Amino acid sequence: MLGGMFTKPENARVYWKEFIHQCYEIGIGSMGIVVIISLFLGAVTTVQTAYQLISPLVQKYVIAQIIRDSTFLELSPTVVCIVLAGVVGSKIASELGNMRVSEQIDALEIMGINTKIYLILPKIIASLIVIPCLIVISMFLSIWGGYLAGTLTGILSEQQFTQGLMREFNVFNLTFGLIKSFTFAFIISSISAYFGYYVKGGALEIGRASTTSVVVSCVLILCADYGLAALLL
Amino acid sequence: MIELKHINKSFGAKTVLEDVSWEMESGKVNLIIGASGSGKTVLMKCLVGLINPDAGEIAYEGADFVNMDPKDRKELRTQIGMLFQGSALFDSMTVEQNVMFPLDMFTNQTLNEKRQRVNEVLDRVNLKETNKKFPAELSGGMKKRVALARAIVLNPKYLFCDEPNSGLDPMTSLVIDKLIIEITQEYNMTTVINTHDMNTVMESGDHIVFLFNGHKEWEGSKEDIIFSKNPNLNDFIFASEFLREAKNKRMMDAEASRKD
Repeated sequence: MLGGMFTKPENARVYWKEFIHQCYEIGIGSMGIVVIISLFLGAVTTVQTAYQLISPLVQKYVIAQIIRDSTFLELSPTVVCIVLAGVVGSKIASELGNMRVSEQIDALEIMGINTKIYLILPKIIASLIVIPCLIVISMFLSIWGGYLAGTLTGILSEQQFTQGLMREFNVFNLTFGLIKSFTFAFIISSISAYFGYYVKGGALEIGRASTTSVVVSCVLILCADYGLAALLL
Repeated sequence: MIELKHINKSFGAKTVLEDVSWEMESGKVNLIIGASGSGKTVLMKCLVGLINPDAGEIAYEGADFVNMDPKDRKELRTQIGMLFQGSALFDSMTVEQNVMFPLDMFTNQTLNEKRQRVNEVLDRVNLKETNKKFPAELSGGMKKRVALARAIVLNPKYLFCDEPNSGLDPMTSLVIDKLIIEITQEYNMTTVINTHDMNTVMESGDHIVFLFNGHKEWEGSKEDIIFSKNPNLNDFIFASEFLREAKNKRMMDAEASRKD
């Protein structure tokens, strides 16, 4: 499937329009769920970390450190991408599946359009650009969620939280989170596009393809998560 | 002219097309008829290049389409318009965007020029004030007309229609048939219709091929059908008692007028 994508597009302007459309669909379409999940991830992590750190020898600001590092390393890239595999992946698979079943892909082929470039490439490139942006927003919101939960419930003060955030900050953790998000974005978009593009049958098969694409994407995200951690950390 | 030479196609052990040869008439309406499962759709898919035959040759104006260089094949495809059984309109686009899509993709016209051309072809298929509607808001007949408008917007040389009347009532079917015939004449296109609708056969069959179990069983015009003695064709066309009686009466009338 990927091999068929590297030919000259028929009309660059139309492809650009499609790319912008996909950026909007993937980015704005998933923003709501990303905001909600990120805020709660940070908030819950704060409460549960505070619950486990009962030793008086451990300073309160450590909670903020733990929130920061776990958000950058795991929570935002992995958890949000697993959710995006459901939101974005199922949308891509069902959209392409519906186009295949209703002969819209055949109609494009007969017009002389390379459907892999026109339908799949913009989705993959848009995902590679938009999903890491969503992950950066998620990281910010998750920490903010942790800050709100920590300060509003009196677990730690604003000063302690800020101190923890600044302390021993390793830029590579952020880089690692972004590397993960690029990898997961590629997995989500390419796997769902594959299952959608090659659907055979009717409405039932579109549903099956959509579910399969989400399951396969999730499994591959978890495998890649482990692989990247073992390789890069 | 489109020419088919000894086309064979199998899916696994099942042979779908067997040694089909046919020379289509340029500027005319050519019909592929046959029962469900006779290989009509596979033949049409081979003709437009959606699937490749296992053996045989498809020639457009003498040029071998099957083994054609991808660049030339792409070029040729811009001269092909196709009306799909289910219309195949892009759900997320309005009627105007659907019809304008080939112009966006393959021309450098300004938006005004494209709008003018879209209105021209929509007028031609008798659709007005539907430009801003989405396919889901249209009736089956209207969808077919939008799909026809999209198929002819680039002035193609060849028009392929896969069961253009499926799911339509007899009156709407007739309207679509007449539109296809008129447009074929106006644009001087070579049209190929794949159908098992007898109204279409009698309305537009300049040149008909009957497929039976994947092979070409019969070839002729709509006038020839009435007097054909091919049992498989007669079973297919005159399936009902009413039509069989009508055919016998027509034959007897013709015989009587011949004797007079």
